[in-house]
Amino acid sequence: METKQSLFSRLPVISQLKKSVGLQRGMLVTGLVMTIAFLLTAAFAPWLAPYGFSQRFDQTQAPPSATHLWGTTAGGYDVLSRTLWGAQTAFLVIVVAVVLSIFLGVILGLVSGYLGGWLDRVLVVVADAIYAFPTLLLAMVMSIAISQGRSSLWSGIFSAAISITVVFIPQYFRVIRAETIRLKAEPFVESAIVVGASSVRIMARHIYKNATRTLPLIFTLNASEAILTLAGLGFLGFGIEPSSAAEWGYDLNHAQSDATSGIWWTGLFPGLAIVLTVLGLTLLGESMNDLNDPRLRGRKRAGKKRARKDKELVDA
Amino acid sequence: MSRHSENGVAPEAGLRPVLDVRDLKVTFATDAGDVFAVKDVSFNVAPGEIVAIVGESGSGKTVTAKAILGLLPETAQSSGAVIISGNDVISVSPHQLRQIRGRDVAMVFQEPSTALNPVYTVGWQIAEGLRAHRPEGKRVGRKEARKLAIEALDKVGIPDPEKRVDYYPHQFSGGQKQRVVIAAALALNPGLIVADEPTTALDVTVQAEILELLRELRDKFGTSIVLITHNMGVVADLADRVVVMFQGDVVEEATAEVLFANPKKDYTQKLLAAVPHLGRNSASAGFSERAFQDKEVVVEARELEIEYPGRLGSPAFRAVDKVSFTISAGEVFGLVGESGSGKTTIGRAIAGLNRTTGGSLKVLGYEMLHYKERSFRKHRKDVGFVFQDPAASFNPHLSIGECVAEPLIIHTDMSGPAVNRKVEDLLESVQLPRAYAKRFPHELSGGQRQRASLARGLALSPKLLIADEPTSALDVSVQAKVLELFREIQSELGFAALFISHDLAVVDILAEWVGVLYKGKMVEQGIGHQIMGKPQHHYTKRLLSSLPVPNPAEQAQRRALHQELLASR
Repeated sequence: METKQSLFSRLPVISQLKKSVGLQRGMLVTGLVMTIAFLLTAAFAPWLAPYGFSQRFDQTQAPPSATHLWGTTAGGYDVLSRTLWGAQTAFLVIVVAVVLSIFLGVILGLVSGYLGGWLDRVLVVVADAIYAFPTLLLAMVMSIAISQGRSSLWSGIFSAAISITVVFIPQYFRVIRAETIRLKAEPFVESAIVVGASSVRIMARHIYKNATRTLPLIFTLNASEAILTLAGLGFLGFGIEPSSAAEWGYDLNHAQSDATSGIWWTGLFPGLAIVLTVLGLTLLGESMNDLNDPRLRGRKRAGKKRARKDKELVDA
Repeated sequence: MSRHSENGVAPEAGLRPVLDVRDLKVTFATDAGDVFAVKDVSFNVAPGEIVAIVGESGSGKTVTAKAILGLLPETAQSSGAVIISGNDVISVSPHQLRQIRGRDVAMVFQEPSTALNPVYTVGWQIAEGLRAHRPEGKRVGRKEARKLAIEALDKVGIPDPEKRVDYYPHQFSGGQKQRVVIAAALALNPGLIVADEPTTALDVTVQAEILELLRELRDKFGTSIVLITHNMGVVADLADRVVVMFQGDVVEEATAEVLFANPKKDYTQKLLAAVPHLGRNSASAGFSERAFQDKEVVVEARELEIEYPGRLGSPAFRAVDKVSFTISAGEVFGLVGESGSGKTTIGRAIAGLNRTTGGSLKVLGYEMLHYKERSFRKHRKDVGFVFQDPAASFNPHLSIGECVAEPLIIHTDMSGPAVNRKVEDLLESVQLPRAYAKRFPHELSGGQRQRASLARGLALSPKLLIADEPTSALDVSVQAKVLELFREIQSELGFAALFISHDLAVVDILAEWVGVLYKGKMVEQGIGHQIMGKPQHHYTKRLLSSLPVPNPAEQAQRRALHQELLASR
């Protein structure tokens, strides 16, 4: 890494892709393809979906056919359209939830870790208390507190996002706080103290950038958890109204009774959508995590093997 | 003396070498392409011979040592042959390799505190090798293993081995831990021990003991030793033959006497010339009384005490105990001591990084006992600090220019272009090219970084500079250059300096006045050459005599003197 590389090849995902080999590369590419497919679906849902997400049809519980490729639900919704539109809702919730929790978590972590003292103790106790709560229960309580259970598109998205945020802040808080405490003892921070820099300057200029290096990884891993929490909320009936947005968890909830009577299409497709999206994001996050750590990163063998490969190529 | 005995000299014809390394090449796969760590290395070790591999960081000496034990990581590709008692380590199967390790060759690591597992007793760890190998084809019973472990501890001079075999690693001191590591290596009586910087993590007085132990092992049991080190003094003390490595190649190979007396290659000559030598080039040469006493007193410590609070129930630890000294403007005060002597604590207290708990410490007239960051901040611009590890003391996300500019931005209202000009001037004054302002810390070498660190410390022309072991993380040749630069700049700018180091020879080059710390107490202070030449306190004498000098003949004399000193106590 001593040599300067072009800006493009130093971008987060691209640089990792270049470094990867073998199975790790396979994992990364699979995760990347799945995640990009999810993002494209979210972006182009209005054009991809044959119908609107709240459009009702008289044919209820119709099996897959030419007019309704993935069939319809008991409420008369088109399953294909709802699944495609659902990607959009999921995307918005992820972005809002993760951005909010990163923002708050990083600031609290920096301040708490650097200043220490009673402030640090109080924040750690609060974070631990939140951690000790079952995630979904907390999200439900927040959802009820914010929107009395169910609501329109944006307030629904925000209530889901904020419920998730509350659960995630302690995660970011802990990571950043631990890094800050480690960095606080580093000579370069001490040298800033000796030079006479103020606490705010030290936090903003010296610690912030060094402490947030692991964030892209937590981001991808948390994004998949956010989807699961959203689906869980929807499944339990604390999600977003079907008339204001399409949501996979809600659809799954209403497909429960269908499954026992042999109507497989209402539950299968939203379920698959959740599984594939979460799988894609997890693969992406995990493989980036491994690739960022030089000890976990696989490499091509030096010397001999490459020479042998070259020879094989020449022979062939 | 044993080193001149016939088994100590170069391998004789007919005597089968214990270790034979032929055309060893090691290549690492990295993100930046293949790195050739060891290019073409051949040497051998006769029974009972101590061969030192010396070189600076990046010379491939540690990689060579690891290749001997087959400990290279997966990313490494090695070729050539490493033959230990008839087996080629590079081509044998993993099973055979396990057989060879411990039985024919064992390793002593650099850091004894991490080489031992803290959750097992030392006896268990020594016996582990015995159980793994089943000498003479039968299983080693618990009683038998214990007996052998006690024997091994006895061999390496641990007192009361029957009792201490059940101790855990944390109950031993650093030097004793290294003895335990050596005992574990000896458990199966291997013909060869590879010692990778076995004394680097230890204090000089402890280092002398470990070197003595290694020499005894060779004399008593005929064990061959491959000694990997960067310390020329250690080489002169112990080695029969020396292999000098540079960037993966063997530069020169000769017996120790020949190599130190007349090195043939330029690189070896330069390397030896760079080693600081006690008594040469002393800063206080010709002084008969303390200089700079007519100048303003910059730092004044009276009965200074610094305590670290203990955990609940345990008493506080007193790191500095009733220490008194002064530093006058323009004077370089050298503070010497072993690890745990409190030298760094004093330096940090002067910079306000540690709180004082008793006595009085006045820095530029400010009483540090009632320290408040807010009120001390105005004095910050007058105190510069150079840290030990140049790699860690720069923020990796800021360029060198931004790092050096930081004190200017905080304490002056200079405009952007003026700051940039000043930073470039500063870099030039520490002999770095102006263009380096735009580089990032990882793009500089260790010595260059330490120069930039010096530039930052001097950015505001401070009245006092504290340098905490500024050269101990550097290679000797780089150290020599940084010391030279420090001396030049100090005489040019005339700031007062507190120079902290464990290396007496380094302190002697820079400091006119030297203080010796031992367990938090200042046992002796005086003019540099007098302390080094005619030490008064027993500890100073011991410290001086245990420092190995890079000259085998002189070192043999010093060693005898050291033994005498220890015996007389």
